[in-house]
Amino acid sequence: MTTPGPPLWLLAELTYRCPLHCVFCYNPVDFSAHEQELNTEGWLRVLREARELGAVQCGFSGGEPMLRADLEILVAEAHRLGYYTNLLTSGVGLNEQRAGMLRAAGLDHIQLSLQDSTREMNDFLSHTRTFDLKQRVARLIKDHGWPMVLNVVMHRLNIDHIGRIIEMADQLGAEYVELANSQYYSWAQLNREHLLPTREQLARAEAVTNEWRQRLGERMKLFFVVPDYYESRPKKCMNGWGNVFLTVTPDGTALPCHTARMLPGLEFPNVRDMGVREIWYDSEGFNRYRGTGWMKEPCRSCPEKEKDLGGCRCQAYMLAGDPAMADPVCDKSPQHQVVSDAVLQAQQSTPTSRPLVFRTPEESRRLLARP
Amino acid sequence: MERTGSPRLNPLFRMQWEQAQQSWVLLYPEGMVKLNQSAAEILRRCDGERDVAAIVADLEQAFATGGLAGDVNAFLEIAGAQRWVVWK
Ligand code: SF4
Ligand code: SF4
Repeated sequence: MTTPGPPLWLLAELTYRCPLHCVFCYNPVDFSAHEQELNTEGWLRVLREARELGAVQCGFSGGEPMLRADLEILVAEAHRLGYYTNLLTSGVGLNEQRAGMLRAAGLDHIQLSLQDSTREMNDFLSHTRTFDLKQRVARLIKDHGWPMVLNVVMHRLNIDHIGRIIEMADQLGAEYVELANSQYYSWAQLNREHLLPTREQLARAEAVTNEWRQRLGERMKLFFVVPDYYESRPKKCMNGWGNVFLTVTPDGTALPCHTARMLPGLEFPNVRDMGVREIWYDSEGFNRYRGTGWMKEPCRSCPEKEKDLGGCRCQAYMLAGDPAMADPVCDKSPQHQVVSDAVLQAQQSTPTSRPLVFRTPEESRRLLARP
Repeated sequence: MERTGSPRLNPLFRMQWEQAQQSWVLLYPEGMVKLNQSAAEILRRCDGERDVAAIVADLEQAFATGGLAGDVNAFLEIAGAQRWVVWK
């Protein structure tokens, strides 16, 4: 195998603590078992070592990164090291004072997540009363001169409001809006039957988005991402395993992608025990699914294997029971039926009678205790 | 199409030299573009002071060559469409 290039992205998941309880949250369902957070010194070292390797984009996320009292210290150091610094936040805790401190620390950009265009749906989906707060925070971001990316996770329960969501984003002055359909991992996987939209909903949402693109021109960029369940080829997950992204979780575990910890039979290194260079180039966790050498059929002999690298390892594990299989989104996968069945089920008017599961520490512990 | 006026780097973008990649890059929210050498040389001169003619003259002098106006204009058009530069 050829030597991989350096990581370009460091994703620092500072904490799993979060005041919101989103039903599509991408944090692992067992997050309550990994609450031992790295301290300030630990993060500063990660920032330095990853920058030395060549990482240039740095994302601070969580959970809710604003809950870390040392966020400004970390941002300042990242800025000093020459990273482009991104803060991914629900907005909770971002007041005038902290915005000023983050600006002074050199923060380059804030991505604010929105749940929906209506107060009822926002508050229901996040299980909190945060709708008015998001509006306030959006204004704060603009007033401090940051570029603003709004991130709205789309799904069955909010996708019909997409026009209103875009209109609201425009009023708030966003530069970019990501309307990305939920991906079915972690909490979203538990709630998939509630979240996977119908084919018709998707077609309508895309049409509305295109109308808005015409109207907005250059003022605001819209990114619309359909759920990969509706595709016949998988996405090139994380742009290749251990290729671009280095994720460090709150407890210091280093991962090629934030959901990779679920994969069986694979040890991931911790930054408390190993330097970032060794983690990236030498660890078993980062090397296992690099390139194409690990593939089984049908991927191994597939002419498209360099294009999508067999899709997502986590999805292969969740849906086909083996991370080295083709991602079942691919219609050449022997397990593709699992995906087409889920899509078929989604066309019904009430696909499930099970209750929605909200992302809370209590639920997480309950799920952990389950045999 | 030729534009008059002075282009400058859009303040939403940041340009810097990356040692690990041995190249100039443009950084923006959650993304990055790697610039080839000529793109980088043009963009570095987009300071909102120099107009296109001055940028061309400067480049021709720095690289001891002539006839760069066509290339510079073509690049600036792309850069404008990508919103890398804005015009004063
Ligand atoms: S998705 Fe929601 S619950 Fe999960 S970390 Fe983000 S804001 Fe918190
Ligand atoms: S068989 Fe594998 S490599 Fe080929 S398109 Fe499907 S997922 Fe990609």
